[in-house]
Amino acid sequence: MTAYLFKRVLFGLATLVLASMVVFAMLQVVPGDPARLMLGMNATEDQVQVLREQMGLNQPLVLQYLDWAGGLLRLDFGRSYTYSVEVSELVGERLAVSLPLALISLGLSTLVAIPLGLYAASRRGKTADAVSMGAAQIGMAMPNFWFALLLIYVFAVWLRLVPAGGFPGWSAGVWPALKALILPAVALALPQAAILARVTRSAMVEVLGQDYIRTARAKGMTARSVLWRHALRNVLIPVLTILGMQFAFLLAGTIIVENVFYLPGLGRLVFQAISQRDLVVVQSVVMLLVAAVILVNLLVDLSYALVDPRLRGNR
Amino acid sequence: MKINGTVAAAALLAAAMAGPAWAARTDLVLAMPLEPPHLDPTASAAAAIDEVFYANVFEGLTRVGERGEVLPGLAESWTISDDGNIYTFKLHPGVKYHDGTDFEASDVKFSLDRARGEKSVNAQKALFAAIEAVEAVDPLTVKVTLKQPQGSFLYNMAWGDAVIVAPESAETNKEKPIGTGPFKFQNWAKGSSITLVKADGYWGAPVFLDKAEVRFIPDAAAAIPALLSGDVQALPNFPLGDALPQVQADPRFKVVIGSTEGETVLATNNKRPPFDNLKVRQAIAYALDRKAIIDGATGGLGTPIGSHFAPHNPAYVDLTGTYPYDPAKARELLKEAGHPNGFKATLKLPPVGYARLGGEIIASQLREVGIDLQIIPVEWPVWLKTVFTDKDYDLSIVAHTEPNDIDIYARKDYYFQYDNPAFDKVIADLSLTSEETKRTELYKQAQEILADDAVNGFLFELPKIGIWDAKVEGLWQNSPIQANDLTKVKWVE
Repeated sequence: MTAYLFKRVLFGLATLVLASMVVFAMLQVVPGDPARLMLGMNATEDQVQVLREQMGLNQPLVLQYLDWAGGLLRLDFGRSYTYSVEVSELVGERLAVSLPLALISLGLSTLVAIPLGLYAASRRGKTADAVSMGAAQIGMAMPNFWFALLLIYVFAVWLRLVPAGGFPGWSAGVWPALKALILPAVALALPQAAILARVTRSAMVEVLGQDYIRTARAKGMTARSVLWRHALRNVLIPVLTILGMQFAFLLAGTIIVENVFYLPGLGRLVFQAISQRDLVVVQSVVMLLVAAVILVNLLVDLSYALVDPRLRGNR
Repeated sequence: MKINGTVAAAALLAAAMAGPAWAARTDLVLAMPLEPPHLDPTASAAAAIDEVFYANVFEGLTRVGERGEVLPGLAESWTISDDGNIYTFKLHPGVKYHDGTDFEASDVKFSLDRARGEKSVNAQKALFAAIEAVEAVDPLTVKVTLKQPQGSFLYNMAWGDAVIVAPESAETNKEKPIGTGPFKFQNWAKGSSITLVKADGYWGAPVFLDKAEVRFIPDAAAAIPALLSGDVQALPNFPLGDALPQVQADPRFKVVIGSTEGETVLATNNKRPPFDNLKVRQAIAYALDRKAIIDGATGGLGTPIGSHFAPHNPAYVDLTGTYPYDPAKARELLKEAGHPNGFKATLKLPPVGYARLGGEIIASQLREVGIDLQIIPVEWPVWLKTVFTDKDYDLSIVAHTEPNDIDIYARKDYYFQYDNPAFDKVIADLSLTSEETKRTELYKQAQEILADDAVNGFLFELPKIGIWDAKVEGLWQNSPIQANDLTKVKWVE
């Protein structure tokens, strides 16, 4: 187990190093000069050069890379060109929105999807199965932003229960902040829940067809305890995999929903940084996300071992 | 007695209920599509910075009013020497920065020297190019000596890029802007909003609002529900596109269409064949149907232009008839230019609605006369690099939003690659002339030369689309400079 863990951590670190090079190289290839972007069309080339010098953009690329990557090792993510504040500060502000949002929508989708999937599997082939999976199909097919706008018109414009968008910040109080996150969390949770419900259902259907389930039933266990003691554990593995992937997506892949609700999340930070060629921000945030994905995958792997004793052997 | 008591109680109750209704609201939430990258108007070209801070937080020696006129700002008056070379500004007494420090002549010297200095990263450094020296004569008098007379000097000093900052706070204005205006900066929740509050002891006319919050809503589809739900009460300048009709008929809101300084042109690479041939450029001009382009790109709200000049400017000449829409004539000119079967070219489009929508229409109009355009959508950084800096393009569509910027055609190495000594001469004369009628005459000449030379396809003046609560007054209809002046904004019943 320890050797396995060690191997995984090492692999993760190698991925990080590789990712840092790819990210850095990619952003160098894309045309666009952050200094010219800041100064606009009326500035002279000389002035652009002055600003490039101030930004440290005239150094050789290798030096720029080492400077940045070395900083990462010391957990110094660098300074934003455009905002001229520490990237860690920027990311911290954005995580205060994105992290709770991801957790709430993940919680919502899990609460809805797993019972729904299990229920559909237990009623396999019956009307209830068709109805709930049909609903899941609609949930998956519905465009995110459209559903979000629908929610806004009903709950913000018509009923005026929640704000139409924006985020007042946690300093405004827990309740106002939560109120601002409810609709986006629901909008994000819907497609996630639909996918999760389908995965849960098909995993359960597959498990229920296994020999050991039949054996357990033959030994005289009730359908209920077979479901809870044997089937559910095995269903959890694909479900956890999907959950891990969804969490990583929810952390930064939610730019469309963030735009509709104009939330200051991580997705919009990356998007703005790319369009302003704020290279340090893009690089550092992407690295953070890579690290987050690696970490989540590691946790998912470890949780496999928790739910499945067979994986706890020497690997 | 009893009756009287009830009446008195009722009167009291009525007064108590009516009380709050008499006092007008003093807070306003506005929304803008773009967020400033930082908060220092003297260190970036981003219009969003001026749109929050100009006239509200930062002030210059002079300022631009709603109709584009130059008004006194921190300078209450000025005298100009007979040769037009020396401007002596009398500064307003008793002006304080928001951090409590005094505003003095030395701050003016500091600000102007900083903007024109070698290390300057002012996006409009050219505004200060004519300055020879700045001298703080006494705490309330500044003498600016010019290298040669400059007709537009007072106007230049009114730009957002020429606002006066203090040496103590200049370096931190990006994060914590300190100005002299009627509002002071309170908070910037990055990605969300900027909050301004009324500044105590403002030197000028008191403002009505106690608090103004500017929210950043990137999407028109999100801005409309924010307005409808009452979260936001004004969208002073928002390209709403298809979403506009949704609120146009709603009596709770005012829809105000105004003009801007954004001349939208089919930018043409004048040195690259076949566009170096006047006949080809004229052919393109004849092939463009402005009406259809304006309908498609701005929902019919743009104003047609025939040269690079804003229609609301007093010196404007209507030159839209120079090359009227005439596809047959265009084909004929192409034949004369040696392209009887037309030619192929590229059209690079930045990521803005008017360009992407207008580009489709222009491509189909030019196809009618045999010019086959390949549309290449690009994002802003790529546009600035390839089209603007490297001049690697045939045609592009962009709105030039700087006020009064016809002189860009005289700039060497500008991306239009236009080179006409006669035009350069007019611009050179203009900068030396301060007499109004002579300036108007020169502006007219400049417009005519550009129109005749068909330097670019001159399309339309970008409209300013504003929507706000019907009870809000004082927001600008037009946008003669990039600003959302809140100094006169108030709620009325």
